[in-house]
Amino acid sequence: MASVTTHDHAHDHGHDHDHHGPGPWTRIFTTTNHKDIGSMYLWFSLLMFFVGGAMALLIRAELFTPGLQVVQPEVFNSLTTVHALVMIFGAVMPAFVGFANWLIPLQIGAADMAFPRMNNWSFWLMIPATVLLMASFFVPGGAAASGWTLYPPLSTQGGIGVDMTIIAIHILGASSIMGSINIITTILNMRAPGMTLMRMPMFVWTWLITAYLIIAVMPVLAGCITMLLTDRHFGTAFFNAAGGGDPTMFMHIFWFFGHPEVYILILPAFGIMSQIIPTFSRKPLFGYASMVYATASIAILSFIVWGHHMFTVGMPAAGQLFFMYATMLIAVPTGVKIFNWIATMWRGSITFETPMLFAIGFLCMFTLGGFSGLVLSIVPVDITLHNTYYVVAHFHYVLFPGAIWALMAGVYFWLPKWTGRMYNETLGKWHFWLSAISFNVTFFPQHFLGLAGMPRRIPDYALQFAEWNMISTIGAFALGFSQLLFVYNVFSCIRSGEKAKERQWDSADSLEWTHLPSPVPYHTFEMPPDLRGAKAVH
Amino acid sequence: MKSINANGQQHALAALARSVSIGLTFLVSPATALAAYDVNIAAPASPISSQIYGLHMYILYVCAAIFVVVFALMFYSIFKFRRSNGSKPDVNFHESTLIEIIWTVIPFVILLFMAIPATKTVLDMKDTTNPDMTVKVTGYQWGWRYDYAAEEVGFYSSLSTPWSQIGQPGEKATEEKGKDYLLEVDNPMVVPVGKRVRLLVTSNDVIHGWYVPQLGVNQYGIPGFVKDVWFKADKVGTFKGQCSQICGKLHGYMPITVVVKSEADYAKWVAEAKARWGAAPAAAAAATPAAVATPEPGKPLTLVDLKAAGEKVYAANCVTCHQASGKGMPPTFPALSGSKVVLGPTEGQINILLNGKPGTAMASFARLSDFEIAAVMTYTKNSWDNSTGKFVTPDDIKAKRKS
Repeated sequence: MASVTTHDHAHDHGHDHDHHGPGPWTRIFTTTNHKDIGSMYLWFSLLMFFVGGAMALLIRAELFTPGLQVVQPEVFNSLTTVHALVMIFGAVMPAFVGFANWLIPLQIGAADMAFPRMNNWSFWLMIPATVLLMASFFVPGGAAASGWTLYPPLSTQGGIGVDMTIIAIHILGASSIMGSINIITTILNMRAPGMTLMRMPMFVWTWLITAYLIIAVMPVLAGCITMLLTDRHFGTAFFNAAGGGDPTMFMHIFWFFGHPEVYILILPAFGIMSQIIPTFSRKPLFGYASMVYATASIAILSFIVWGHHMFTVGMPAAGQLFFMYATMLIAVPTGVKIFNWIATMWRGSITFETPMLFAIGFLCMFTLGGFSGLVLSIVPVDITLHNTYYVVAHFHYVLFPGAIWALMAGVYFWLPKWTGRMYNETLGKWHFWLSAISFNVTFFPQHFLGLAGMPRRIPDYALQFAEWNMISTIGAFALGFSQLLFVYNVFSCIRSGEKAKERQWDSADSLEWTHLPSPVPYHTFEMPPDLRGAKAVH
Repeated sequence: MKSINANGQQHALAALARSVSIGLTFLVSPATALAAYDVNIAAPASPISSQIYGLHMYILYVCAAIFVVVFALMFYSIFKFRRSNGSKPDVNFHESTLIEIIWTVIPFVILLFMAIPATKTVLDMKDTTNPDMTVKVTGYQWGWRYDYAAEEVGFYSSLSTPWSQIGQPGEKATEEKGKDYLLEVDNPMVVPVGKRVRLLVTSNDVIHGWYVPQLGVNQYGIPGFVKDVWFKADKVGTFKGQCSQICGKLHGYMPITVVVKSEADYAKWVAEAKARWGAAPAAAAAATPAAVATPEPGKPLTLVDLKAAGEKVYAANCVTCHQASGKGMPPTFPALSGSKVVLGPTEGQINILLNGKPGTAMASFARLSDFEIAAVMTYTKNSWDNSTGKFVTPDDIKAKRKS
């Protein structure tokens, strides 16, 4: 991260064309360096994490007590919609792409990404998209208010804000596709001699699979929202029964994208876990090959389970049963992953630095999210819990301590390598424990609310839901403000952290730890390392 | 809704939560008088919801058992194999095909035992044959309509909690919230106990979800399509639910109430309903949900009378979007005060009221009676900044309805 400001000397190291170095502003716009772009992705996603988080707090503030106090119902609907879009497309996905940019070339011994200019372009595309999305709050009619799934006909009713959202998603999708092409090409073509596929670190493996998922489903989403756009403005009737269309078709197409999207958000997190847990257990990852196969199985299964998001549309029994069985099946490879991580810790020599705390937190909470997922896979139970707070609790259990904690664990883990400085361990531990407690205070009661029948996306609720909602709101504010510790820790690490060692974590064994100094120079692996005959690096 | 406290653990949880809340009394609104720390699915009241309840408990116990095993292994390794405990890493323990096979097969077998009972319930839920009666349920922005085909009764059902209990941002609620806050409707759906009721669920505008958990029903109403689902209430009582699929501004304000009556009481209700909402479903479309009676034919209508009646219609149907001030909430909900449509030719305004405005939240209000539409139009033409001195007669509406 600090490379943006502190590594101009590193230019001497390389023999690139901008030998004299552009000014800092020109550099931000023109850089093609994977480390610069990785940092930009990470800063951007951190900003969006707080934007989305602010919306979440507005939502929770409104739900603190029954009645309408903070926002109008229409604005509330926009907040839930844009909170989701910002967190998915603005925070989690770009953050993982940031990690991919930083780490994939380092971990496979490549000099940079395969298409550096496209890399720059895929980052900068996100800016106009985000501006469009946020500006939609201020146009006549307000932002899209139909939930992030944009189901028609509700989404056909909205104003120009919906069109802005559609265009924003189009641009973000294009950015993700470009990023994925770059990642796949880099991994398949630019590995150092001896870095065979089955020797790649798990993070690289999970991203290779994720990138294929993105390429497979983003165009589906693009088609889906384009049909929505033409329904809105050009007289088509894809999703309008009066013209021979069907709103249910939108759901099928959307969730054909939407379910693999869930795994796009979590597979790279599995990759990060699979590097952190072995490091702090001082043992190689247990069952490397089965981890690779489990990841691939999850990815393939993700294409045949979309119907479980729509059990209440009235699909035939055969459809419900098929999607139920397929969904339950996902528990098998996911279970294999959890067991492998536990077996990695088994007979290890574990220490509990901040990245490991977040990793263990991930294991516990993700397992709980898996249980509620299993409950929801059972069609009859899903029908009674569909669109209730139980679902909200479920996906926050897999996405917050899943995706977001993995990202934070990853930041703590690689900060010493990126910046050459150590973060504050005590603060990091405070960050973990505050997050762990407040996360559960926020989201555990939401299981109860859902079981008791509280629907999601409502700004106001019956009195029997009041107590758990109040507790949830208190937790949410504690959770939100705890994240400021993270920001402070990152900034103070960059500015004044203690010097980090080349191999800050003694048993970290991917190339960035074994072959490169801390901080990593601006240009690395201009000559690929020769790994033939060396021992496996995972 | 009372929770079923199936085991002591839940009591303990509830007690813990209660003590947390006592600690927070200074933050707590009067609503806490009704403290309800429900932690489970509400008491089932139909064969399907009983099956769902049982399935959920079964899966929950299986998950709890897996939880114990997985977390025991995890925390055992965390405590036993920590470096501060002197644990040395066994770097050769990182591969075992046998173990991998075991922990692939065992979960698979557990899943089989979950899938079998679930499959049975799915098939039962989907079996909508041989109903004793059929009710068509139509979702509207924002309320429901129930049409009883055989009984020839049809009526609208919408939220009856007054806005004075709900309040506005920056404007406190002026009335204390009642015990059925947001879960009460003007005209509940009524069904007889112990009968198989088949619902034909659809929608008039956007997707809605007819969700009454205690009866085991959660079914989207999709405009242009009719989906069927069934339930059989085991006992007499009142069962509540809400719209489960986001449907616009007042999604949170379209509750569902189902009153289950004994067969005799149900027959009595049908007779009353027929008298009130009369005629077949098609004709009932013109029946009035609001309590504004059409005056006797022949009696001359005055602007003052129409406006007074119109104010009631406005309060029941228009005020949530266009506001009591007539200023609306532009741009989504335009102002009526000074509006070109309201001040312009009568036909234009009648057209919007009867047909809605496609692409906006303005729905058709053709379900109101001719008199109600005339009254509310007269009210809008002569309130706030509008003082046209004009009034509209039910005949104007009737003429336009026909054309």
